[in-house]
Amino acid sequence: MERAECLQIIYPELEDKLVVTIMGACAQELYNLGHRENFFYLQHAMGLASSIGFGLATHLPNERVVVLDGDGSVLMNLGTFATLARYRPRNLIHVIFDNGSLLSTGGFESQTFSGVTDLDAIARGAGIRHVAHAVTTLDFGEAFLAAIERQDLSVIVAKVSAVGPDHYGMDLPLGENAFRFRRWIQGRARAGGTA
Amino acid sequence: MTVSYDNSKIIFDGIKAAGIRSISALPETWLGPLLQRAEDDPDVRLLQVAKEEEAIGIAAGAYFAGTPHILLMQNHGFLAAINGIVSLAQLYRVPLCMLIAVRGHWGEPYPWHTRGGIVTEPVLRALEIPFEYARDPQKVAKQIREAWTFSQSSLSPVALLLTRDLMED
Repeated sequence: MERAECLQIIYPELEDKLVVTIMGACAQELYNLGHRENFFYLQHAMGLASSIGFGLATHLPNERVVVLDGDGSVLMNLGTFATLARYRPRNLIHVIFDNGSLLSTGGFESQTFSGVTDLDAIARGAGIRHVAHAVTTLDFGEAFLAAIERQDLSVIVAKVSAVGPDHYGMDLPLGENAFRFRRWIQGRARAGGTA
Repeated sequence: MTVSYDNSKIIFDGIKAAGIRSISALPETWLGPLLQRAEDDPDVRLLQVAKEEEAIGIAAGAYFAGTPHILLMQNHGFLAAINGIVSLAQLYRVPLCMLIAVRGHWGEPYPWHTRGGIVTEPVLRALEIPFEYARDPQKVAKQIREAWTFSQSSLSPVALLLTRDLMED
Protein backbone atom coordinates (compact mmCIF):
# COMPACT_ATOMS: atom_id res chain seq x y z
CA MET A 1 0.00 0.00 0.00
CA GLU A 2 1.24 3.44 -0.86
CA ARG A 3 0.46 6.65 0.98
CA ALA A 4 -0.56 8.35 -2.27
CA GLU A 5 -3.26 5.68 -2.78
CA CYS A 6 -4.55 6.21 0.75
CA LEU A 7 -4.70 9.96 0.22
CA GLN A 8 -6.59 9.49 -3.01
CA ILE A 9 -9.18 7.33 -1.24
CA ILE A 10 -9.89 9.87 1.50
CA TYR A 11 -9.44 13.02 -0.61
CA PRO A 12 -13.18 13.48 -1.30
CA GLU A 13 -13.86 13.24 2.44
CA LEU A 14 -11.42 16.04 3.18
CA GLU A 15 -13.42 18.70 1.39
CA ASP A 16 -15.14 20.03 4.50
CA LYS A 17 -12.59 19.10 7.15
CA LEU A 18 -9.58 20.92 8.56
CA VAL A 19 -6.52 19.02 7.40
CA VAL A 20 -3.01 19.32 8.82
CA THR A 21 -0.23 17.39 7.08
CA ILE A 22 3.39 16.82 7.94
CA MET A 23 6.27 17.88 5.73
CA GLY A 24 7.73 16.46 2.60
CA ALA A 25 6.23 13.56 0.70
CA CYS A 26 2.90 13.54 2.54
CA ALA A 27 2.34 17.25 1.99
CA GLN A 28 3.35 17.02 -1.66
CA GLU A 29 1.13 14.05 -2.42
CA LEU A 30 -1.90 15.77 -0.89
CA TYR A 31 -1.10 18.97 -2.75
CA ASN A 32 -0.78 17.01 -6.00
CA LEU A 33 -4.36 15.81 -5.61
CA GLY A 34 -5.43 19.45 -5.58
CA HIS A 35 -4.84 22.08 -2.94
CA ARG A 36 -7.79 23.29 -0.92
CA GLU A 37 -7.99 26.29 1.38
CA ASN A 38 -8.70 24.01 4.33
CA PHE A 39 -5.33 22.23 4.04
CA PHE A 40 -2.36 23.30 6.16
CA TYR A 41 1.03 21.85 5.32
CA LEU A 42 3.47 21.86 8.24
CA GLN A 43 6.71 21.82 6.29
CA HIS A 44 8.93 21.78 9.37
CA ALA A 45 8.60 21.57 13.17
CA MET A 46 8.41 17.77 12.95
CA GLY A 47 6.08 16.25 15.52
CA LEU A 48 3.71 19.18 15.92
CA ALA A 49 1.07 18.36 13.28
CA SER A 50 -1.01 16.46 15.82
CA SER A 51 -0.60 19.28 18.37
CA ILE A 52 -1.92 21.78 15.81
CA GLY A 53 -4.78 19.40 15.10
CA PHE A 54 -5.49 19.15 18.82
CA GLY A 55 -5.52 22.95 19.14
CA LEU A 56 -7.92 23.22 16.20
CA ALA A 57 -10.21 20.43 17.36
CA THR A 58 -10.41 21.74 20.93
CA HIS A 59 -11.26 25.29 19.94
CA LEU A 60 -13.56 24.36 17.03
CA PRO A 61 -15.80 21.63 18.44
CA ASN A 62 -18.16 21.78 15.47
CA GLU A 63 -15.44 21.17 12.88
CA ARG A 64 -13.87 17.83 12.02
CA VAL A 65 -10.07 17.78 12.01
CA VAL A 66 -7.83 15.30 10.19
CA VAL A 67 -4.11 15.10 10.92
CA LEU A 68 -1.92 13.33 8.37
CA ASP A 69 1.18 12.34 10.33
CA GLY A 70 4.15 10.02 9.79
CA ASP A 71 6.21 7.63 11.87
CA GLY A 72 9.30 9.83 11.82
CA SER A 73 7.32 12.90 12.86
CA VAL A 74 5.20 11.31 15.55
CA LEU A 75 8.27 9.66 17.07
CA MET A 76 9.51 13.21 17.77
CA ASN A 77 6.42 13.98 19.86
CA LEU A 78 5.20 10.79 21.50
CA GLY A 79 3.80 12.83 24.36
CA THR A 80 1.09 13.96 21.94
CA PHE A 81 -0.66 10.57 22.32
CA ALA A 82 -0.91 11.08 26.07
CA THR A 83 -2.20 14.63 25.70
CA LEU A 84 -4.75 13.59 23.07
CA ALA A 85 -5.92 10.69 25.24
CA ARG A 86 -6.27 12.96 28.27
CA TYR A 87 -8.47 15.52 26.55
CA ARG A 88 -9.99 13.18 23.95
CA PRO A 89 -11.16 15.63 21.29
CA ARG A 90 -14.06 13.77 19.68
CA ASN A 91 -13.64 15.58 16.38
CA LEU A 92 -10.05 14.57 15.66
CA ILE A 93 -8.81 11.78 13.40
CA HIS A 94 -5.07 11.18 13.64
CA VAL A 95 -3.74 9.23 10.67
CA ILE A 96 -0.15 8.05 10.86
CA PHE A 97 1.44 6.83 7.64
CA ASP A 98 4.07 4.43 8.90
CA ASN A 99 6.63 3.67 6.22
CA GLY A 100 9.42 2.79 8.65
CA SER A 101 11.55 5.39 7.00
CA LEU A 102 12.72 8.97 7.25
CA LEU A 103 11.94 9.12 3.55
CA SER A 104 11.78 12.87 3.10
CA THR A 105 15.11 13.42 4.85
CA GLY A 106 17.24 10.78 3.16
CA GLY A 107 15.46 7.44 3.56
CA PHE A 108 17.10 6.17 6.73
CA GLU A 109 15.14 3.50 8.55
CA SER A 110 13.06 4.75 11.47
CA GLN A 111 12.52 2.86 14.72
CA THR A 112 9.30 1.36 13.34
CA PHE A 113 11.19 -0.43 10.56
CA SER A 114 10.69 -4.23 10.66
CA GLY A 115 8.10 -3.76 13.38
CA VAL A 116 10.66 -3.05 16.10
CA THR A 117 8.53 -0.23 17.49
CA ASP A 118 4.77 -0.63 17.41
CA LEU A 119 2.98 2.71 17.07
CA ASP A 120 -0.46 1.14 17.57
CA ALA A 121 0.65 -0.21 20.93
CA ILE A 122 2.11 3.16 21.92
CA ALA A 123 -1.13 4.96 21.04
CA ARG A 124 -3.20 2.35 22.87
CA GLY A 125 -0.90 2.41 25.87
CA ALA A 126 -1.18 6.18 26.00
CA GLY A 127 -4.91 5.72 26.50
CA ILE A 128 -6.38 6.23 23.04
CA ARG A 129 -9.40 3.96 22.78
CA HIS A 130 -9.87 3.73 19.04
CA VAL A 131 -6.70 2.65 17.27
CA ALA A 132 -6.92 0.98 13.87
CA HIS A 133 -4.15 -0.74 11.94
CA ALA A 134 -4.33 -0.76 8.15
CA VAL A 135 -2.17 -2.74 5.76
CA THR A 136 -4.38 -2.65 2.66
CA THR A 137 -6.19 0.23 1.01
CA LEU A 138 -9.46 -1.52 1.82
CA ASP A 139 -8.52 -1.64 5.53
CA PHE A 140 -7.54 1.99 5.39
CA GLY A 141 -10.66 3.24 3.67
CA GLU A 142 -12.87 1.31 6.08
CA ALA A 143 -10.93 2.53 9.11
CA PHE A 144 -11.19 6.13 7.94
CA LEU A 145 -14.93 5.93 7.31
CA ALA A 146 -15.43 4.21 10.66
CA ALA A 147 -13.51 7.03 12.35
CA ILE A 148 -15.71 9.64 10.68
CA GLU A 149 -18.87 7.86 11.76
CA ARG A 150 -17.57 7.19 15.27
CA GLN A 151 -17.23 10.87 16.19
CA ASP A 152 -14.55 10.10 18.74
CA LEU A 153 -10.80 10.53 18.88
CA SER A 154 -9.39 7.95 16.47
CA VAL A 155 -5.88 6.95 15.51
CA ILE A 156 -5.22 5.03 12.29
CA VAL A 157 -1.77 3.57 11.72
CA ALA A 158 -1.42 2.86 8.02
CA LYS A 159 1.54 0.71 7.00
CA VAL A 160 2.75 2.09 3.69
CA SER A 161 5.78 1.51 1.50
CA ALA A 162 8.62 3.98 1.61
CA VAL A 163 7.99 5.74 -1.67
CA GLY A 164 7.22 9.37 -2.33
CA PRO A 165 6.26 11.68 -5.16
CA ASP A 166 8.44 12.02 -8.26
CA HIS A 167 8.81 15.76 -7.75
CA TYR A 168 8.62 18.36 -5.02
CA GLY A 169 7.39 21.91 -5.25
CA MET A 170 4.30 23.86 -4.33
CA ASP A 171 3.12 27.20 -5.60
CA LEU A 172 2.21 28.20 -2.06
CA PRO A 173 4.54 30.21 0.20
CA LEU A 174 4.34 29.04 3.82
CA GLY A 175 2.99 32.29 5.23
CA GLU A 176 0.30 32.43 2.55
CA ASN A 177 -0.79 28.90 3.46
CA ALA A 178 -1.15 29.91 7.12
CA PHE A 179 -2.99 33.18 6.39
CA ARG A 180 -5.42 31.59 3.98
CA PHE A 181 -6.03 28.55 6.18
CA ARG A 182 -6.97 30.86 9.04
CA ARG A 183 -9.10 33.02 6.78
CA TRP A 184 -11.01 29.96 5.51
CA ILE A 185 -11.76 28.89 9.08
CA GLN A 186 -12.85 32.39 10.09
CA GLY A 187 -15.04 32.67 7.02
CA ARG A 188 -16.77 29.41 7.82
CA ALA A 189 -17.25 30.46 11.42
CA ARG A 190 -18.91 33.68 10.25
CA ALA A 191 -21.04 31.98 7.62
CA GLY A 192 -22.25 28.96 9.51
CA GLY A 193 -21.46 29.58 13.12
CA THR A 194 -19.25 26.49 13.17
CA ALA A 195 -16.75 28.08 15.56
CA MET B 1 10.46 31.33 50.20
CA THR B 2 6.95 30.46 49.03
CA VAL B 3 5.07 31.13 45.82
CA SER B 4 2.99 34.30 46.04
CA TYR B 5 -0.70 33.42 46.02
CA ASP B 6 -1.68 37.08 45.87
CA ASN B 7 0.43 37.78 42.82
CA SER B 8 -0.62 34.51 41.17
CA LYS B 9 -4.20 35.78 41.46
CA ILE B 10 -3.22 39.15 40.01
CA ILE B 11 -1.59 37.43 37.01
CA PHE B 12 -4.56 35.15 36.49
CA ASP B 13 -6.97 38.08 36.67
CA GLY B 14 -4.70 39.94 34.24
CA ILE B 15 -4.93 37.07 31.74
CA LYS B 16 -8.72 37.12 31.97
CA ALA B 17 -8.82 40.91 31.77
CA ALA B 18 -6.89 40.65 28.50
CA GLY B 19 -9.78 38.62 27.13
CA ILE B 20 -7.97 35.28 27.20
CA ARG B 21 -9.86 32.15 28.25
CA SER B 22 -7.64 29.44 26.79
CA ILE B 23 -4.32 28.46 28.35
CA SER B 24 -1.76 25.78 27.54
CA ALA B 25 0.81 25.01 30.19
CA LEU B 26 3.27 22.65 31.70
CA PRO B 27 2.97 22.96 35.47
CA GLU B 28 5.94 23.99 37.57
CA THR B 29 6.27 25.32 41.12
CA TRP B 30 5.96 29.05 40.45
CA LEU B 31 3.03 28.51 38.10
CA GLY B 32 1.21 26.10 40.42
CA PRO B 33 -1.24 28.46 42.18
CA LEU B 34 -1.92 30.28 38.92
CA LEU B 35 -2.73 27.05 37.09
CA GLN B 36 -4.88 25.88 39.97
CA ARG B 37 -6.99 28.99 39.52
CA ALA B 38 -7.25 28.27 35.79
CA GLU B 39 -8.33 24.71 36.50
CA ASP B 40 -10.96 25.83 39.00
CA ASP B 41 -12.43 28.53 36.75
CA PRO B 42 -15.26 27.14 34.61
CA ASP B 43 -14.82 29.96 32.08
CA VAL B 44 -11.19 29.06 31.41
CA ARG B 45 -9.89 26.13 29.38
CA LEU B 46 -6.56 24.78 30.64
CA LEU B 47 -4.68 22.35 28.39
CA GLN B 48 -1.82 20.65 30.15
CA VAL B 49 0.90 19.34 27.85
CA ALA B 50 3.48 16.61 28.31
CA LYS B 51 6.25 18.77 26.86
CA GLU B 52 6.25 22.49 26.12
CA GLU B 53 6.85 22.13 22.39
CA GLU B 54 3.36 20.61 22.07
CA ALA B 55 1.95 23.89 23.35
CA ILE B 56 3.42 25.73 20.36
CA GLY B 57 1.33 23.51 18.07
CA ILE B 58 -1.75 23.92 20.26
CA ALA B 59 -1.31 27.70 20.26
CA ALA B 60 -1.10 27.66 16.47
CA GLY B 61 -4.32 25.64 16.32
CA ALA B 62 -6.02 28.11 18.65
CA TYR B 63 -4.79 31.02 16.52
CA PHE B 64 -6.15 29.46 13.34
CA ALA B 65 -9.40 28.85 15.21
CA GLY B 66 -9.55 32.51 16.20
CA THR B 67 -9.46 31.84 19.95
CA PRO B 68 -7.23 34.04 22.14
CA HIS B 69 -4.70 31.76 23.82
CA ILE B 70 -1.74 32.16 26.14
CA LEU B 71 1.15 29.82 26.92
CA LEU B 72 2.56 29.35 30.42
CA MET B 73 5.87 27.61 30.91
CA GLN B 74 9.14 27.63 32.78
CA ASN B 75 12.22 28.96 31.00
CA HIS B 76 13.58 25.43 30.66
CA GLY B 77 10.36 24.54 28.89
CA PHE B 78 10.89 27.50 26.60
CA LEU B 79 14.33 26.11 25.80
CA ALA B 80 12.72 22.73 25.05
CA ALA B 81 10.22 24.35 22.66
CA ILE B 82 12.61 26.27 20.47
CA ASN B 83 12.27 24.31 17.24
CA GLY B 84 8.51 24.67 17.37
CA ILE B 85 8.84 28.40 18.01
CA VAL B 86 11.25 28.84 15.11
CA SER B 87 9.90 26.35 12.56
CA LEU B 88 6.20 26.74 13.19
CA ALA B 89 5.45 30.07 14.85
CA GLN B 90 8.11 32.25 13.27
CA LEU B 91 8.20 30.44 9.93
CA TYR B 92 4.43 30.71 9.43
CA ARG B 93 3.91 34.07 11.19
CA VAL B 94 1.84 32.61 13.99
CA PRO B 95 1.74 34.86 17.08
CA LEU B 96 2.53 33.42 20.51
CA CYS B 97 1.93 35.16 23.82
CA MET B 98 4.20 33.38 26.29
CA LEU B 99 4.40 33.89 30.05
CA ILE B 100 7.69 32.37 31.13
CA ALA B 101 8.71 31.74 34.73
CA VAL B 102 12.40 32.60 34.85
CA ARG B 103 14.11 30.24 37.24
CA GLY B 104 17.84 30.14 37.82
CA HIS B 105 18.58 33.82 38.04
CA TRP B 106 19.21 36.49 40.72
CA GLY B 107 18.67 34.90 44.14
CA GLU B 108 18.39 31.36 42.78
CA PRO B 109 19.40 28.85 45.47
CA TYR B 110 19.08 25.71 43.32
CA PRO B 111 22.14 24.85 41.21
CA TRP B 112 20.14 22.84 38.66
CA HIS B 113 18.22 25.89 37.49
CA THR B 114 21.18 28.16 36.98
CA ARG B 115 22.42 27.37 33.47
CA GLY B 116 18.94 27.73 32.03
CA GLY B 117 18.47 30.97 33.91
CA ILE B 118 21.73 32.40 32.67
CA VAL B 119 21.08 31.64 28.98
CA THR B 120 17.37 32.52 28.76
CA GLU B 121 17.76 36.19 27.91
CA PRO B 122 20.55 35.67 25.33
CA VAL B 123 18.48 32.94 23.65
CA LEU B 124 15.43 35.23 23.48
CA ARG B 125 17.63 37.90 21.88
CA ALA B 126 19.14 35.41 19.41
CA LEU B 127 15.63 34.34 18.35
CA GLU B 128 14.51 37.98 18.05
CA ILE B 129 11.67 37.37 20.49
CA PRO B 130 10.59 40.65 22.11
CA PHE B 131 10.48 40.35 25.91
CA GLU B 132 9.84 42.32 29.09
CA TYR B 133 10.41 41.44 32.72
CA ALA B 134 7.42 41.42 35.05
CA ARG B 135 8.53 42.38 38.56
CA ASP B 136 5.79 44.62 39.93
CA PRO B 137 2.32 43.26 40.74
CA GLN B 138 0.88 46.73 40.08
CA LYS B 139 2.06 46.59 36.48
CA VAL B 140 1.80 42.96 35.48
CA ALA B 141 -1.81 43.03 34.24
CA LYS B 142 -0.98 45.87 31.88
CA GLN B 143 2.14 44.03 30.75
CA ILE B 144 0.09 40.93 29.94
CA ARG B 145 -2.39 42.99 27.93
CA GLU B 146 0.44 44.70 26.06
CA ALA B 147 2.25 41.40 25.40
CA TRP B 148 -0.96 40.01 23.94
CA THR B 149 -1.58 43.07 21.79
CA PHE B 150 1.97 43.10 20.46
CA SER B 151 1.98 39.38 19.65
CA GLN B 152 -1.14 39.86 17.54
CA SER B 153 0.03 42.98 15.71
CA SER B 154 3.53 41.66 15.03
CA LEU B 155 2.45 38.04 14.29
CA SER B 156 5.45 37.09 16.37
CA PRO B 157 6.25 35.22 19.56
CA VAL B 158 6.38 37.61 22.52
CA ALA B 159 7.59 36.73 26.03
CA LEU B 160 6.71 38.21 29.39
CA LEU B 161 9.25 36.95 31.93
CA LEU B 162 7.87 36.25 35.39
CA THR B 163 10.60 37.06 37.90
CA ARG B 164 11.36 36.01 41.48
CA ASP B 165 10.31 39.46 42.73
CA LEU B 166 6.83 38.81 41.40
CA MET B 167 6.44 35.08 41.99
CA GLU B 168 7.81 34.64 45.51
CA ASP B 169 6.74 36.18 48.81
